[in-house]
Amino acid sequence: MGVMSPKARQMGSADAPLPDACDVAIIGGGIMGLATAYELAVTSKLSVVVLEKSYLVSGASGRNGGGVRMQFGDADNVALMMQSIEICRSLAQQLQINLWFRQGGYLFLARTEEGQRRLERNAKIHKEMGAPTRLLSGAEALEIVPQLHVEGVRLAAFNPEDGVVFPWPFVWGYAGQAQRRGVVIRTHTAVSDVTAAGEGLRLSLSTGESITAGRVVNATGAWSIELNHRLGIVLPNHPHRHEIMSSEPLKPFLDPLVADLATGLYFSQSTRGEIVAGITMPADPPHEGDGPPPIELDSSRNFLSRMSKVLVQVMPLTGSLKVLRQWAGPYDVSPDGDAIVGPSPGLPNFYQVCGFTGHGFMMAPAVGKLLAAHLAHGKAHPMLERWRPSRFADGTSTRREDMIIG
Amino acid sequence: MPKRTFVCRCEDVTLAEIDHAIGLGMTKIEELKRYTGLGTGPCQGKECVGGLAALLCARGLADPDRVQPFTARPPTEPVTFGALAAAGDDE
Repeated sequence: MGVMSPKARQMGSADAPLPDACDVAIIGGGIMGLATAYELAVTSKLSVVVLEKSYLVSGASGRNGGGVRMQFGDADNVALMMQSIEICRSLAQQLQINLWFRQGGYLFLARTEEGQRRLERNAKIHKEMGAPTRLLSGAEALEIVPQLHVEGVRLAAFNPEDGVVFPWPFVWGYAGQAQRRGVVIRTHTAVSDVTAAGEGLRLSLSTGESITAGRVVNATGAWSIELNHRLGIVLPNHPHRHEIMSSEPLKPFLDPLVADLATGLYFSQSTRGEIVAGITMPADPPHEGDGPPPIELDSSRNFLSRMSKVLVQVMPLTGSLKVLRQWAGPYDVSPDGDAIVGPSPGLPNFYQVCGFTGHGFMMAPAVGKLLAAHLAHGKAHPMLERWRPSRFADGTSTRREDMIIG
Repeated sequence: MPKRTFVCRCEDVTLAEIDHAIGLGMTKIEELKRYTGLGTGPCQGKECVGGLAALLCARGLADPDRVQPFTARPPTEPVTFGALAAAGDDE
């Protein structure tokens, strides 16, 4: 350990020296916090510290399926994801790491009249926004994925620009480039308390240290719920355990991520060759008792059985393919399906960037940019107005998005 | 030991790649897994995690009495989707 200079530690470390004060402290070393830190480092002179209570990639950023799509049901979300995918196209060069980003498209299958109407409505919105979504018959879907069983498919929707990434290097890439530009990344250090200090905030840390920051960003995903609860900040998001699995690797044969609307099954082939799949499961029973609901990350055989039953129906050749591992990650669910971003009620220098309801990873490249532009230059963005944390208290929260998978 | 020595044969992770990751500041088995992909192939770490732990201990980066493998993920052995689809629910 002694032979390494702190400079060599490009991916954060438990002993990265902390300054006494910084302009922006970001809590959470996942993609949302690190993308914001990277964009702040690129576009401003603000001093930035990222605090991660475990290791980088330990939370939902290291546990998601890596899907990146513009096929949403709401025009603003389509626009945001078009921007995010545009950023992804050149991000590997910027971050100097292989992101395994592959635009094989997303293929949605509708087997009910209601599902058909949703895809038709979406396609109209996508056309207006300039997203290249095409509506297909079941037979036409077979031309894209010949191994599908399409009996009963009333309509399919395909957008060739949607895709998948390998989530781990994405996060390492942002971390490495942020640190190269002066961002301090301290791992294995939790925030135990936040108190007012002059015009800023003082963070007390699990290591016994403290740091003062002009502004603090809570980018801890589903873990934001416990932290906000501790600070007396009342927001209505809650954690949802989502299970997922990965198969043995195969030669590339499956271009798009396939999502079956009726069952909530989704599966894709990662660039590493594995089939990665999940499905909508009944929600765990609600948390009883005092305090915030805990983050549950258990794996179940029920999930494997249920998912496998549907998968072998939708793509029969998977029957002889083997599952290698399963795990779970927490969705950070907002009651109206929209993210919660901006100054906290009652603590304006404490910014939330949470509540992404399973879409945080894919939205992070765009969110990092717009949040950094806001924090550094006061730049407004329509999504920041829509995502205001205060909308729940003032009664203006509305559900606008229904394309939530899993 | 040559740099081309494979620590993880499933995912082709070499000793040189482990050295590189350690040089970047990663010393925990969970983070080395997520940076190099070690242990994520067909054997799910059964061959390589012991070797990695021994390497970290030999370099003073892990305590032999306390070092733990990364979280084991079910299933214990690879199982086909067909077999899982034919199995009933637990409840």
